[in-house]
Amino acid sequence: MNILQSFKMALKSIWGNKMRSFLTMLGIIIGVASVIILVSLVNGQMSYMKDSFTSMGTNQMTVRLTNLTTRYADVDDMYQFYNDNRDLFSHMTPSVSVSATLKYGTESLEDTTVTGVSEEYLDMKDQTLNAGRFISYSDIASRQKVCVVGYYVAWKLYGSVDNAIDKTIKMNGSAYRIVGVISRQDEDELEAGGTDDILYLPYSSAAKMNNTARISNYVFATSDTDYTAKAKESLETFLMGIYKDDSLFRVTAMSEMLESLDSMISMMSMVLGGIAGISLLVAGVGVMNIMLVSVTERTREIGIRKALGAKKINIMQQFVIEAAVTSSLGGVVGIVVGSVATTIVGAAIGITATPTPGAVIVSFSVSVGIGLLFGYMPASRAANLSPIDALRSE
Amino acid sequence: MAEPLIELKEIYKVYQMGEEEVRANDGVTMTILRGEFVAIVGKSGSGKSTLMNIIGALDVPSDGEYLLGGADVGSMSDNQLAQIRNKMIGFIFQQYNLLPRLNLLENVELPLLYSGAGTEERKERAMASLERVGLAEKWKNLPNQLSGGQQQRVSIARALAGNPSLILADEPTGALDSKTSRDVLDFLKELNDEGNTIVMITHDSTIALEARRVIRVHDGKINFDGDVNEYSAIL
Ligand SMILES: Nc1ncnc2c1ncn2[C@@H]1O[C@H](COP(=O)(O)OP(=O)(O)O)[C@@H](O)[C@H]1O
Ligand SMILES: [Mg+2]
Repeated sequence: MNILQSFKMALKSIWGNKMRSFLTMLGIIIGVASVIILVSLVNGQMSYMKDSFTSMGTNQMTVRLTNLTTRYADVDDMYQFYNDNRDLFSHMTPSVSVSATLKYGTESLEDTTVTGVSEEYLDMKDQTLNAGRFISYSDIASRQKVCVVGYYVAWKLYGSVDNAIDKTIKMNGSAYRIVGVISRQDEDELEAGGTDDILYLPYSSAAKMNNTARISNYVFATSDTDYTAKAKESLETFLMGIYKDDSLFRVTAMSEMLESLDSMISMMSMVLGGIAGISLLVAGVGVMNIMLVSVTERTREIGIRKALGAKKINIMQQFVIEAAVTSSLGGVVGIVVGSVATTIVGAAIGITATPTPGAVIVSFSVSVGIGLLFGYMPASRAANLSPIDALRSE
Repeated sequence: MAEPLIELKEIYKVYQMGEEEVRANDGVTMTILRGEFVAIVGKSGSGKSTLMNIIGALDVPSDGEYLLGGADVGSMSDNQLAQIRNKMIGFIFQQYNLLPRLNLLENVELPLLYSGAGTEERKERAMASLERVGLAEKWKNLPNQLSGGQQQRVSIARALAGNPSLILADEPTGALDSKTSRDVLDFLKELNDEGNTIVMITHDSTIALEARRVIRVHDGKINFDGDVNEYSAIL
């Protein structure tokens, strides 16, 4: 008797007991589906978060300073450091946040992200201009009242990009001339507070608007992501020399945050996968139960088969294969259910979640493994029954 | 002179029931030749089933020697016993013992399945066997779609399918009415006329009279062994 025949026999027996087989599979289906749903949704959410981190630039680090009257680093100090370390750094910009209401005619914008930056900013962020020019060094040096706006601002206040160029925009009462418009970032949506609702002005002008003499935020970009650790260290050494106290400054590398996000992702996936794995295990115990019941129910059948010449191995094979086929069928259905549910739930809560191959492969092999494992015990019990005892049972 | 098929020498089967020892077979010696039709008869509890389990290689004796076709069954492993049951013995049970979820053909194919015959050969031989008992047309039916007599014929077909050396029937008419019993007994006789060796277990002396030779057991021992005419004389 070969394996193929055992398979046919298993399928026959599964088909012959549809209700029992379905109940056995149900546990596996729920287990596999929940593994896939949980892991895939977490993955979808996390990779969304990761994408937004990555788009901020993995080669960048932000520097935050607490300037005191006696210990401080001004813009010139920072530029001095930057120019001394051009082997490590490719870009640098002060970053001055301004909270401002933008006005043009009777229209106004409240949620725009307004930032004072250097001429290197555009390059550093890998953004391009739709029209006009970016802020220049001379704008900064002479604190020109010029600015570059995002696509949303141009569209909302002026109707079009071309219309916006050379127009004035009022920011907290002072008039700025628009010299350029940034290319649209978000192809799907244009909304207030979105990635296109932005305005850049010279950091010197921004500092003046904020009435601050010293700038406390900078963004550095390393020329290579491999330099992150070295670049961070040299920045910290430099700042320590000035502040003599590491609580007065803080250097945060994006790539480090990405790393911790990565480890958080795998932690979450593992924890949730583990929880779902427990439900798979419970399903396995269910398979074992049903197989045990089935052995008891079918003791007479086992006796008859043995009387007709079935060896231990034949009976063993029959039950193990039956358990394995039941649980892999359950596994396949679980994969389908889980994949469909992932897509539906993902769409409902606004995550683009696709079933991860890892979750599918792991949950399927676990379900088959469980079938084999928990099918083995009842199977060996069945195989070891003596033919007369088995025949006598009713 | 035909050669011996079954040789039992001083067979004991002892069950330990707490303090008490039950000697279900208490020193049974007999020889059955190829081509014989033997009835083993006895009252309930006399040790017939125990004897049949040993002859059928379903169980091994506590003591004694059992040769089947010259091979020593008493010292065989489980797998060897399974092989003996498969190749040498065709069982006919009182309760037919057909598998309810398999159709007639699949039921008859079972011994061939375990002997490793190929799909084609299995189908062919099982079908021929069903033909033999006149149920070939119904091969697709499930056992419970047949009458008791028909089911017993299927179980005979199954016993014949592997072309065994010995047909071992345990109360084959026990569950049947007298008309169908008659048919089954006639069929067994027919098989014997064709040269098959048949051992039939029964508690019913009138059924035993259908055989050619009768062995009577009592309290685990043989107390009569002779020609059916001698047996009918002492009844
Ligand atoms: N498995 C067993 N355990 C204990 N005693 C048994 C067992 N099988 C049979 N016996 C005893 O052996 C004796 C013979 O039984 P059995 O062979 O079944 O007789 P029969 O088939 O002629 O009715 C009886 O006393 C029975 O109780
Ligand atoms: Mg009995």
